Amino acid sequence: MADYQEIIASYRGTPGGIIEAYHAVQREYNYIPAEAVKEAAGVFGLSEAQAYGVATFYSYLSVEPRGRYIIRMCESAPCHIAGAEEVIQAFEHALGIKVGETTADGKFTLELTECVGQCQGTPVITINSQPYAGVSAEQVPAILAQCK
Amino acid sequence: MAEELRIVLRNADRIDPLNIDDYLAAGGYRALEKARGMNPKDLINEVKASNLRGRGGAGFNAGLKWSFVPPADVTYVVCNLDEGEPGTYKDRTIVEKDPQSLLEGMAICAHAIGSRQGFIYCRGEYPYVVEHLRKAIAQARDKGVLGDFDIQVRMGAGAYVCGEETALIESIEGHRGEPRFKPPFPGVAGLWGKPTVVNNVETFANLPEIVLKGAAWFAGIGTPSYPGTKVLTLTGDVVNRVAIEVPTDTTIRQVIYEFGGGIRGGRKFKAVQIGGTSGGFIPESLLDTPIDADSMRSIGATLGTGAVLVMDETRDIVDIVTRIAKFFEHESCGKCNPCREGTFRCYEIMKKINAGRATAADIDNIMLLSKVMTRAALCGLGQAAPGPIMTTLQHFRGDYERKLLS
Ligand SMILES: Cc1cc2nc3c(=O)[nH]c(=O)nc-3n(C[C@H](O)[C@H](O)[C@H](O)COP(=O)(O)O)c2cc1C
Ligand code: FES
Repeated sequence: MADYQEIIASYRGTPGGIIEAYHAVQREYNYIPAEAVKEAAGVFGLSEAQAYGVATFYSYLSVEPRGRYIIRMCESAPCHIAGAEEVIQAFEHALGIKVGETTADGKFTLELTECVGQCQGTPVITINSQPYAGVSAEQVPAILAQCK
Repeated sequence: MAEELRIVLRNADRIDPLNIDDYLAAGGYRALEKARGMNPKDLINEVKASNLRGRGGAGFNAGLKWSFVPPADVTYVVCNLDEGEPGTYKDRTIVEKDPQSLLEGMAICAHAIGSRQGFIYCRGEYPYVVEHLRKAIAQARDKGVLGDFDIQVRMGAGAYVCGEETALIESIEGHRGEPRFKPPFPGVAGLWGKPTVVNNVETFANLPEIVLKGAAWFAGIGTPSYPGTKVLTLTGDVVNRVAIEVPTDTTIRQVIYEFGGGIRGGRKFKAVQIGGTSGGFIPESLLDTPIDADSMRSIGATLGTGAVLVMDETRDIVDIVTRIAKFFEHESCGKCNPCREGTFRCYEIMKKINAGRATAADIDNIMLLSKVMTRAALCGLGQAAPGPIMTTLQHFRGDYERKLLS
């Protein structure tokens, strides 16, 4: 795993690059560890509070540890009327966790999201940002089985 | 049978989007060459005369916006690919199918305002689009077609408000994406304080054809006050859930029944919400309205991003509006009070109505609150958030009254 210090350092010369750096850290760690926020503050010349303020403003970024597979269910109006609620319940049931939680083995995190721009195929989920369109509650076990 | 008219999507599914030679063979970058042979003032006047109006929602004349940029050493061209408005997937479609059209459009704008640096702000939910764009930019650079104009892609990170142009600028600068007070407008003091033009993907992608074929050609298409085409994305209870590009004098009814193939499952139409989740709800009686921004405004609705969410007779309007109220409560950035508190209270009251615990007094309150937010919120988020509530109370009041305590 690439070291967060190295990752953040590679954005040092990019004006406003802190958000890009956070994305890059999150791609490796699935979240932004507290030490990485502190490091970014130093590299981009911000106070720790400011760096934390940036990290927590954006819902795509997380400062809490998350699982290897981050499943996000879109609940915006088009997905809502296409049955997002049933799909989320099927995930909660299959994983034994509630929205916002991570399974005990650290494999799955379940989150809600707003529209991910794939509304031609509602309802939509993403797994590690990869969209899956037209998902039904019945497909949930098969989808989870694909995540090794 | 109405037909699509493809300007922005003229190359879609006809060229390999990641082979710039295909784009060049289809006449790509000839418009930029022509533009570069023009005096920037004449170029701006040409775009102004075409009456191309911004496709990101506000509908401002693009050439007029460019004309506000003062002479300066450093200016920026920023493309808004935040596409956070639920139900919208047009900008993704445009970029996935023909990224060079966007790059060429940005380079045309760069010549007009004397810019050497462009940014594309792409929402964090589209990492695959970011990759795709970076490949397309690398190809354009290798071919040398962009000249001394360079383009960088920056990622958003899941904040709807960052689609607002000054919040977007804050975000590129690496800050929390909170909107700025205007004036100054970005055209005068934008990214890092420099004059900056922010336009939507679709706005830029229209430019190559406008430059090649001329302002008069474009101004003659569709509705005169909002000419050209609009890319629409159909969702919900419509047979064809697709992206289409149609002249702006196409009616809502044509969109739903001719292009959309009508309502799924042979059911009846109930409502359509156009422009994204902040758009107004439209009843059957207004379906013969053309989709151009001014006609839509005249019926209390919006064209917005061109998202078209169709709802059939079985849909619970109050439940849908409650879900929408939750969206705004979540996405309000919290900077201004009318929006922070207003979206919270709207959601609270909508939940109460939806759960069957409200009285007529709650409806009066939410109407009053909606009016205050429309007038007092700092940015378009808080101003537009009550739109779905107000338009459904206007057209579907019975749906609310059925849920009230008697
Ligand atoms: C809350 C909010 C969200 C917005 N989201 C977007 C967006 O995702 N894409 C976009 O192009 N414009 C969006 N806009 C409009 C922009 O502020 C701006 O008007 C637009 O990018 C200008 O480009 P145009 O003139 O080409 O439309 C949004 C505005 C508000 C208030
Ligand atoms: S509404 Fe769910 S992906 Fe757009």
